[in-house]
Amino acid sequence: MHIRPLIVATGAIAALALSGCVPNNPGGEAIAVAITDDACDVATSTATAGTVTFALTNSGTDVNEFEILAEDQLRIVGEKENVTPGQSVNYTLQLNPGTYYTACKFRLVGAPIGLAEFTVTGGAVAIDADEQELVDEAVADYVAYIKSQAGELIPAVAEFAEAYRSGDDDTARDLFASTRVFYERIEPTAEAFGDLDPKIDYREVDALAEDLDWTGFHRMEKDLWAPAEGDLNSDGTSALLDWAPSTPEQRAQFADQLEADVQQLYDLVYADDFTVTLADISNGAIGLLDEVATGKISGEEDWWSHTDLTDFAANVQGAEVAFGNVTAIAEAKGQGDLVAEIQEQFDALEALLAQYGSIEGGFTPYDQVTDEQRGELSDGVNALAEPLSQLTAAVLG
Amino acid sequence: MTEPQRLSRRGLLGLAGAGAAGLALGGAGGAAVATAIAAQTGSGSGSSGSPSYPFHGEHQAGIVTPAQDRLHFAAFDLAASTTRDDLRELLSDWTYAAERMTRGLEVSESGAVGGSPLAPPDDTGEALDLPPSGLTITFGFGPGLFAERLGLAERRPALLEPLPRFSGDALAPGWTGGDLCVQACADDPQVAVHAIRNLSRIAFGRAAIRWSQLGFGRTSSTSTSQITPRNLFGFKDGTANIKAEESDAVAEYVWARESDGTAWMAGGTYLVARRIRMIIESWDRVQLGEQERIIGRDKGAGAPLSGGTEFTEPDFSRPDDDGSPRIPDDSHVRLAHPSVVGGARLLRRGYNYVDGNDALGRLDAGLFFLSFQRDPEQFVAVQRSLAGHDALNEYIRHVGSAVFAVPPGVPAEGASIGDPLFA
Repeated sequence: MHIRPLIVATGAIAALALSGCVPNNPGGEAIAVAITDDACDVATSTATAGTVTFALTNSGTDVNEFEILAEDQLRIVGEKENVTPGQSVNYTLQLNPGTYYTACKFRLVGAPIGLAEFTVTGGAVAIDADEQELVDEAVADYVAYIKSQAGELIPAVAEFAEAYRSGDDDTARDLFASTRVFYERIEPTAEAFGDLDPKIDYREVDALAEDLDWTGFHRMEKDLWAPAEGDLNSDGTSALLDWAPSTPEQRAQFADQLEADVQQLYDLVYADDFTVTLADISNGAIGLLDEVATGKISGEEDWWSHTDLTDFAANVQGAEVAFGNVTAIAEAKGQGDLVAEIQEQFDALEALLAQYGSIEGGFTPYDQVTDEQRGELSDGVNALAEPLSQLTAAVLG
Repeated sequence: MTEPQRLSRRGLLGLAGAGAAGLALGGAGGAAVATAIAAQTGSGSGSSGSPSYPFHGEHQAGIVTPAQDRLHFAAFDLAASTTRDDLRELLSDWTYAAERMTRGLEVSESGAVGGSPLAPPDDTGEALDLPPSGLTITFGFGPGLFAERLGLAERRPALLEPLPRFSGDALAPGWTGGDLCVQACADDPQVAVHAIRNLSRIAFGRAAIRWSQLGFGRTSSTSTSQITPRNLFGFKDGTANIKAEESDAVAEYVWARESDGTAWMAGGTYLVARRIRMIIESWDRVQLGEQERIIGRDKGAGAPLSGGTEFTEPDFSRPDDDGSPRIPDDSHVRLAHPSVVGGARLLRRGYNYVDGNDALGRLDAGLFFLSFQRDPEQFVAVQRSLAGHDALNEYIRHVGSAVFAVPPGVPAEGASIGDPLFA
């Protein structure tokens, strides 16, 4: 396909940026957001489509989060986490016309505070046909990918849940890691649907911290690799504190719940109006690597099964698919060097992972991976994550 | 005029290169330039009261520079995939960023807030609004850098050997060795940490931190204009150190020469780093008189026990009333003295450290010893003397160790640290 060197989309965004004389506020005047512990006051409830900047000020007593939700008030389209007391910080994102909701999340947990409608007007940013084709293709491909993974997740969960429900623990243990792969590959998508990821994939310490009923994969994991007297949770508390093996009735309940939750995920991504943006894709790739860097490297994700490397590999695969969907756009924008560097680091990290096994054949249990080896894996993640963190700017810049 | 230096693609500067150049010209780039000018005028004259030291010169800064109050020191290992070209690119990137940071600037022109809002900033930002704070950044090459695969095996200085084992060593692998090192010293700890943080970020994929150490109080003076500080034992430390003003001693004991056998090291030096854990709680229970006999100096003024003031030469032959030497034979000051160690002198530049506590609730504290010398053998002579007999050994453990060849300085813009190594 012929790709024009100058892409109108870039020009449109750049023109917006240059018309605002204040650097780092390319969308025009920043919209003030006054955050306190129990309020989230957005100075104006409308904005013009394009780059929108919010000037957040947290005058509350603890860390807060600013969110922009889609019209369904569930799917998060943008968020600025960890706004600390006394901090003023700008948060910029691309918004197309439509109805959104703004909200804050005090201490990053609980229900949204100050939920308010936010309307974006004007026309969508005009994009040259060739560029539009590239973007459409990237989006369509990525949506299709998400659907395919969700579609595979349903029967895999059904089989795993049935083994767990019926007490066939050997089978359930065998299926645990491979079932999660479909979820881990598209985890950022599930996370965008608000409360789904907590139900499906929260670890015990997270559920406790947010005062949620603990359900999902990791609840079942702890039954399948039941702790012994003296074992500790990842936060150092006794593994037996407020925990007992699930009764057959509870097992049935957790199995049913997981099946229902992944079915809901499936329904959401299969809905007619489900789509993603270019930024969702590139940020999804970055987010998957962050998952690896924070949860998997430390071994906290699969604390009882030690199947962390399978999740690790699935996250990396998911990131690479997302990256692959936008490489043509990045290259068209003169970012060929960045694309090559990212690809090189993907290859290097996957080669390193291959030393420990494969998704199909299973990986070395993570408790048998030495600190030195974990350090080497961490170096590989860092080497990839640095150039990958430039991807969004490369495709949207 | 040489091509202006800049960070390579891999050394960040993500987008200012190709795609977003137009964007940068409008607002962001202008802001960065303004910041740069403000920082230069703020520090160059010293009007802000914050010193700054030139990065360029015959020797690297941070050696005879008056010891700053704070340290962040990091040892790096090269990635297995790093090639000779990658290494040169890394050293070029480090040079570019280090020279800017020592002027109080961000690591690149777009810096912390001047880049695309869609990309992570080149600079991490915690040093914005802070003056240069006397920042110096000093680079060194460990023995592992001189590898066959990098084509550097033949270039290894003969003097750069891993240190021998010393009696009483309790070295932990996690605090030992390294292919590269960066010493960042400043009067503001945030400025020193900013330097190491950004240089390690630039290195991702090419080199990764093996270990790093924060130091909070210099334990030596390297200039006669500085008073002698105290270590965590409460004693003045480094009274007999080589001072920058002693130009003959610096030339004799610190700077490597072409005639020492490695031409590319001329104007460089060798760095020894030792993490020396102090058994603080035991030391604090030692009687004052015993503490002074262990050190060989008076605790208040720092004078040798043979009499006089801090800078009086110790007289090891002077007896007390019993006829035994006033400065005990196993005292620290005697065993480290040039007259005992064959004339060896060191330029010491160490720092106190406290890294929280150990599992027993004891302070994890001590001396992060750094010394620069023309030949690591000078350190070996001193440490051999101390290791076997020093009365202080009961209260210290050497838990980390590394040695580095510190190349000569970068003469001017356009050149990079270590260029003579590759010449």
